[in-house]
Amino acid sequence: MSNKRTYSFEAGIGTSVTGEALVASDNFSARYDLDRLRGIFSRRSHQLYGQSYVGKILVLNTAKGGVATAWMLLDMVERGMAPAALVLNLTNPILAQGAAFAALPLVHDFAVDITLCIETGDQLSIFPDEGLLIQESAAGIKESVRTV
Amino acid sequence: MKIRKIEKEMLEGKHGYPRQWAMQQQLQVGQFFSADCFVEVTQAHIMCDTESLGLAGIEHLERLASYSEEERSVGIPTITDPRGMDLMNYRRLNQSEDFAERERRATAALEAMGIMMTDTCINYQTISPPVLGEHVAFGDTGVVIYSNSVFGARSNFEGGPAALAAALTGRVPSYGYHVDSNRQATQRFTLNFDPKTLTDWGAFGAIVGEFTGDYWEVPIIEGLGDSPTSDQLKHFGAALASHGSVALFHLDDITPEALDFMAVAADLDGQEPISITRDQIRSMYAKADGSIDVDVVVFAAPQLSLFEIQEIARQLDGKQINKRTDLLIATSPEIKSACDRFGITARIEDSGAILLSGVCFYQMYARELSEANSWKTLVSNSAKLVNIISGYGYEPKFATTEQCVEAAITGRL
Repeated sequence: MSNKRTYSFEAGIGTSVTGEALVASDNFSARYDLDRLRGIFSRRSHQLYGQSYVGKILVLNTAKGGVATAWMLLDMVERGMAPAALVLNLTNPILAQGAAFAALPLVHDFAVDITLCIETGDQLSIFPDEGLLIQESAAGIKESVRTV
Repeated sequence: MKIRKIEKEMLEGKHGYPRQWAMQQQLQVGQFFSADCFVEVTQAHIMCDTESLGLAGIEHLERLASYSEEERSVGIPTITDPRGMDLMNYRRLNQSEDFAERERRATAALEAMGIMMTDTCINYQTISPPVLGEHVAFGDTGVVIYSNSVFGARSNFEGGPAALAAALTGRVPSYGYHVDSNRQATQRFTLNFDPKTLTDWGAFGAIVGEFTGDYWEVPIIEGLGDSPTSDQLKHFGAALASHGSVALFHLDDITPEALDFMAVAADLDGQEPISITRDQIRSMYAKADGSIDVDVVVFAAPQLSLFEIQEIARQLDGKQINKRTDLLIATSPEIKSACDRFGITARIEDSGAILLSGVCFYQMYARELSEANSWKTLVSNSAKLVNIISGYGYEPKFATTEQCVEAAITGRL
């Protein structure tokens, strides 16, 4: 078990960011999944139901249907009710457009299933321009990861 | 990414700030998806309900609209998706004056940019359907998937800011479904069932969507009999896009790019298709045994066609909606006008139901609507709506059109 690991990804938007991870092998839409006034996951069937996402680096699988997130991210940022960044196995155009509009860091396309590598509570540092994500875990990092 | 002279000028601000902002946004997205260049588009469709916009989005629109007419005006025909409020009916639904004011502000800014307030997610049925190979910038996932699949148009999901950017620049980054090689089928399905109703088609789309699971997958469906109707494909596509984030499907020997299986799915030749059964489709429906108290019945998502509304009016003729249940029907302003002319609106309203224009339920501040009207249990024939709406605090139930009407009359499902 080590405490630090670096992952590379294919594409990123936004500036560097550091924060605490909130992880699930589930998908994401600001409209489908969130109570954006309270800053929590409000969809009962979501793995993060009831949890606050505000200020966290969300690590999820991919985007759900719907286009609303492209507008919603900016309003969430301006009201101080946004995640710090989005880390996805694979995004769709809507999240990329929304991230560009809101200047919210978004990265995707890893060589591994990133939702299985990172655990909630891990500290992450993301460098979109360099294509690097650094994971630090007080409890140690699992050695085996499944390839996407 | 290859940048032409006109695009470089826009980036440098020589055509005004709105187009500079737009091109900067598009360049970021294009580089993110490794686009080679920009491709010109013929029309844009913008999702801009004020719940999604929030105050930040409204202020952004107002900022762009404050520039000179030459700088702020869109460069191609541009229309809008449903709004957050029907300003002729919002008081009947206990929607707030504050939200009405937001709609008026957003509308003023959009109109100042030369955008036509069509307020519809069925523009492919009512405004100007695209044709095979036409590059467009459409918002609303249901619009994109229908236009790509049924007409063979070229569009990605363009969220509000991206569709607005396309309207200003007249182009989009060339990636995703603008690139022919990305339109090949990647997953193969077969249907061992002959769906007849709109809800069966919606359930079918939802199930395929759950299998496909992401934007970059393109399902091809085999085993269909007769060509489906426009409304059947509307419900199928909307559910598929909602449940799977899918933007393009092919129906073997039916949709225009799949008339020759090998032309669109050669890589899947010999692969065993995933079989979709009647039982899987039936499992989507709520158990309609009269045990569920129903607060609101909603026909929306997508907005209803003239034919759909005519059928509901027929089922409501001579009946009254239950006093503790509301029935809402959402359509486009064009179809609402037709309903008014044909006496359909009067037949619907006589039953106690409400026919709304230019809105779609989940875009109408659904959480606040729930609180203002004490709505919790929602019944709909839209597989898309029941997928979306639980995050807003509802308990959604999927039912056939006939069961929905009956639930509105009896107050129970």
